[in-house]
Amino acid sequence: MSKSNPANLKYTKDHEWALVEGDIVTVGITDHAQELLTEVVFAELPAIGKKVEQGKQLAAVESVKSVSDVYSPVSGEVVEVNTELEANPGLINQDAFGAGWIAKVKMSNPAELEKLMDVAAYGKVMES
Amino acid sequence: MQKTPLHAKHVALGARMVDFGGWDMPVQYGIITEEHRNTREKAGLFDICHMGELKVEGPEALALLQKAISRELGGMENGQMRLGVLCNEAGGILDDLTVYKLADEKYMVVTNASTKDGDLAQILKVQRDFGFTDAKVVDSSAVLGKLDLQGPVSQAILQPLVADDLRKLKFYHFVETEILGGYAIVSRSGYTGEDGFEIYLARDKIGVLWDKLFEIGAPLGLKPIGLGARDTLRLECAMNLYGHEMDDKVTPLECRYGWVTNLDKDFVGVDALRELKARGLGKKLVGFELVDRGIARNGYDIVAGGQKVGVVTSGTISPTLGKAIGLGYVPPHLAVEGTEIGIQIRDNVVKAQVVKLPFYKRG
Repeated sequence: MSKSNPANLKYTKDHEWALVEGDIVTVGITDHAQELLTEVVFAELPAIGKKVEQGKQLAAVESVKSVSDVYSPVSGEVVEVNTELEANPGLINQDAFGAGWIAKVKMSNPAELEKLMDVAAYGKVMES
Repeated sequence: MQKTPLHAKHVALGARMVDFGGWDMPVQYGIITEEHRNTREKAGLFDICHMGELKVEGPEALALLQKAISRELGGMENGQMRLGVLCNEAGGILDDLTVYKLADEKYMVVTNASTKDGDLAQILKVQRDFGFTDAKVVDSSAVLGKLDLQGPVSQAILQPLVADDLRKLKFYHFVETEILGGYAIVSRSGYTGEDGFEIYLARDKIGVLWDKLFEIGAPLGLKPIGLGARDTLRLECAMNLYGHEMDDKVTPLECRYGWVTNLDKDFVGVDALRELKARGLGKKLVGFELVDRGIARNGYDIVAGGQKVGVVTSGTISPTLGKAIGLGYVPPHLAVEGTEIGIQIRDNVVKAQVVKLPFYKRG
């Protein structure tokens, strides 16, 4: 069963989560997303300094059978990536909301946060 | 969507089901890499009831199959099987199949699932076109079921169910025997690179056999294995998969099936293949390992010198080797071990190297 979605995060309809701390946004995929994906065997991380746009590709996570794009919840610049995932992509399965985080983006347009969902709205997306 | 007799068992086991050539099949029961390792280290059981079985009988059975299939089938002994391909006139592959010689005038041809109807149509066409009237072709797929039991412990699991001494059964040979009171064919063969068996039994007995094999096998480590691990297992052994390495635009000479293609005999497509061989191949199937991080996938471009030179047909992270491996087509001058190629993965060209096949061989 999915772990419950933390209330302090923002969500996208594509099952990414965003932790907003000042202008730094930590991004990952939700526990529901990792369940759909099954065993993650590879994570393609963005380069530090890469400019990303809201809703555009940030990273990719791959299971044995499939590839899923991870879209950035906000526009900005990648300032840090979770290099632990290079050796241990399974962290995304084990702890999607924690140790399985993917990248940190320094956001350029905080107004974009309005477009993200809170935990209640995301809960409805999961059910649909 | 079509269902095998084991469909309800897969669902009850919690399998993730997918459409595979029109069949609702289990892709995984748990974690694919664990199913993969379980097959290599102990044993795995695969529902292969979706595949097709055609029986070809009569005085002209051999002549018909010789004309339809690339492989030399003369000189087989009863109880022997061979791999071959069915080609169209242009030498393109309609299917790869195994031919079982049951008796002098009796053969069984085992086909892939989605290609079975086309294979049957092609064999009947060859029969009509070349007048092999003294042969009967019967589709037994609806009455026969098939299980693959693969892995080092397979023999210990299967032996209690058959009277024949399985130790004496050689690779790519089979016995006609009795299992659970019914007629069965058991061959020492498979699609995983491990020791193991392909078991054919009446379709209505397959559920009982599945349960019986687990009753005996579960204490020895037998697990049900889905199509996900079936794919990674065959890929480590560089075995072709129809729809990936092969289709009707690919000839057996290009996809490393030269050894099952006897150009000195007469079969449908041989003229085109002889001509192609004389002219020289335009592309060749190779194996590669990724040097940099990434996973190559079916359909990705292979690049060299900044140009697209070919395409990836299969790719994965090998659970046994822990490396990203793949198969794909490149021009012949690049089909040399050690050659560096690039794989276009999204925005990046990831470095790869042509390597010797198979990637994995049982020790």
